[in-house]
Amino acid sequence: MNKIDLKLLMKIAGMDGTPKGAFNIRKNSQLESRASSENIIITSKTDQPGIDIHIKPGTKKESVHIPVLITESGIDEMVYNDFFIGEDCDVDIVAGCGIHNDGPECSQHNGIHTFYVGKNSRVKYSEKHYGEGDGAGERIMNPQTVVHLEEGAFIELETVQIRGIDSTKRYTKIIAGKDAEAIITERLLTHGKQSAVSEMDVILDGEGANARIISRSVAQDSSQQTFYPRMIGNSKCFGHVQCDSIIMGDAKIRSIPEISANCADAQLVHEAAIGKIAGDQILKLMTLGLTEQEAEEKILDGFLK
Amino acid sequence: MLQIENLSFQVNGENGVTDILKNVSLTIPDNRFVVITGPNGGGKTTLAKAIMGLVQPVTGSIRYDGTEITGLSVTERARLGISYGFQQPPRFKGLRVQDLLSLAAGKASLSQDECCRYLTQVGLCSCDYLDREMDTSLSGGEIKRIEIATILARNSSLMIFDEPEAGIDLWSFARLTETFKGIRDRGGVTLLIISHQERIIQLADEIVVLSEGELRQKGPRDEIFPLILADTVAGCSYMEGVHQ
Repeated sequence: MNKIDLKLLMKIAGMDGTPKGAFNIRKNSQLESRASSENIIITSKTDQPGIDIHIKPGTKKESVHIPVLITESGIDEMVYNDFFIGEDCDVDIVAGCGIHNDGPECSQHNGIHTFYVGKNSRVKYSEKHYGEGDGAGERIMNPQTVVHLEEGAFIELETVQIRGIDSTKRYTKIIAGKDAEAIITERLLTHGKQSAVSEMDVILDGEGANARIISRSVAQDSSQQTFYPRMIGNSKCFGHVQCDSIIMGDAKIRSIPEISANCADAQLVHEAAIGKIAGDQILKLMTLGLTEQEAEEKILDGFLK
Repeated sequence: MLQIENLSFQVNGENGVTDILKNVSLTIPDNRFVVITGPNGGGKTTLAKAIMGLVQPVTGSIRYDGTEITGLSVTERARLGISYGFQQPPRFKGLRVQDLLSLAAGKASLSQDECCRYLTQVGLCSCDYLDREMDTSLSGGEIKRIEIATILARNSSLMIFDEPEAGIDLWSFARLTETFKGIRDRGGVTLLIISHQERIIQLADEIVVLSEGELRQKGPRDEIFPLILADTVAGCSYMEGVHQ
């Protein structure tokens, strides 16, 4: 791996070289390196591009990293990664995609991640997107995440995309069984002429299921963002959707949260707010000795942290 | 030393131009504890904001430690050693209490012990607050006390507090007056506090009375405070009866 690869790995997965435990690094549509562990087995799919990750029941305090790197201009790939997580696990899964595009052609990554989380298992999944490069070619990412939570299963799903990606269409679907729980945190910053669409369906099927969606975004310059977080309660459950956006410059933001209850015992709440940075916030930080620009950066950093 | 000369401020409203400050002149020597008081709408907050640079006066000048600061930005004044505690502080989604205190202290990250020191002085236990976000999950009184803690962390040579008692419960207020007294006793800081609270006024070296945009009285506490009390009941037969 060269310097660019290492920088991308650090940006998207916090990896300083090869990580501890199981991992699969994909670069320019090819397998770069892979390691399974005793409890986490990674194998290539035979019918389509992508991998299967099997995590044995009872696996605790282990992690698996599956970053994707694209450093060539003109790549357009579709990858299917399936995660089979046994019962009573407690694991961290770190994904993410970094694109360095210095060329004239578009570089695009489309990924479909499907999780089957076994009974009473806990999963922390983080996915960061990062783009860079001086080329005129666009950097495009279209990830899909589908999560099936069995009884008592839990997933904390964190997605981050701060600058660098010209266009993204994200889709997330969660189906929560009895007493299952999902926390979905989305953080997004677009600038220039970038566009981002994030669509979510969270289906609370089982009794006692609960979910929270926390979406925070910043749209700068003339970028555009659209959010469609939808939550459906099919049983006695609790769901909360919170979308907060800061709008700047000539940006445009649409936020369309939807909650649907198909059961009288479903409690669903949604909150959505779009606004610019308040003047008194900037002034307060200026009274602490920050310049106007530094104050704005601190406010945005904190908001997206 | 803070020197204010002929400061005027006006606003344009539906009823035409209204004078908020009328040729206010005031000199505050170093290391003094000065309370500005007076009726609501008298121009106290505007004067404090003008010193910090949050509003620009129409005429007049402000000098601090010999430097003409009337044309300086808020940031430049802050860097010269002026700080200002907002009467209604803003909230920040995502910024934690520890982040704000660190920014105030001018450090990348203030230690837990240091944060604890500032929060304790405003009656808050740091363990409960350091990781809390400065958002709507905090009450108005909590936000106000954290605001005061940021000024303590800033440790500037001129600290301006705009009605620090507003929204603060009785127990925390008692702690706060002790904190102000401690700052005064340690010395090295000029305290300029807008307040209506007798317990704060009683700590002052000097009292300034501002009313209808004009400086009405200024002098040592023992001289001015009885005049304020007399003025409070003058013309009100019921209050005069109570005080007899």
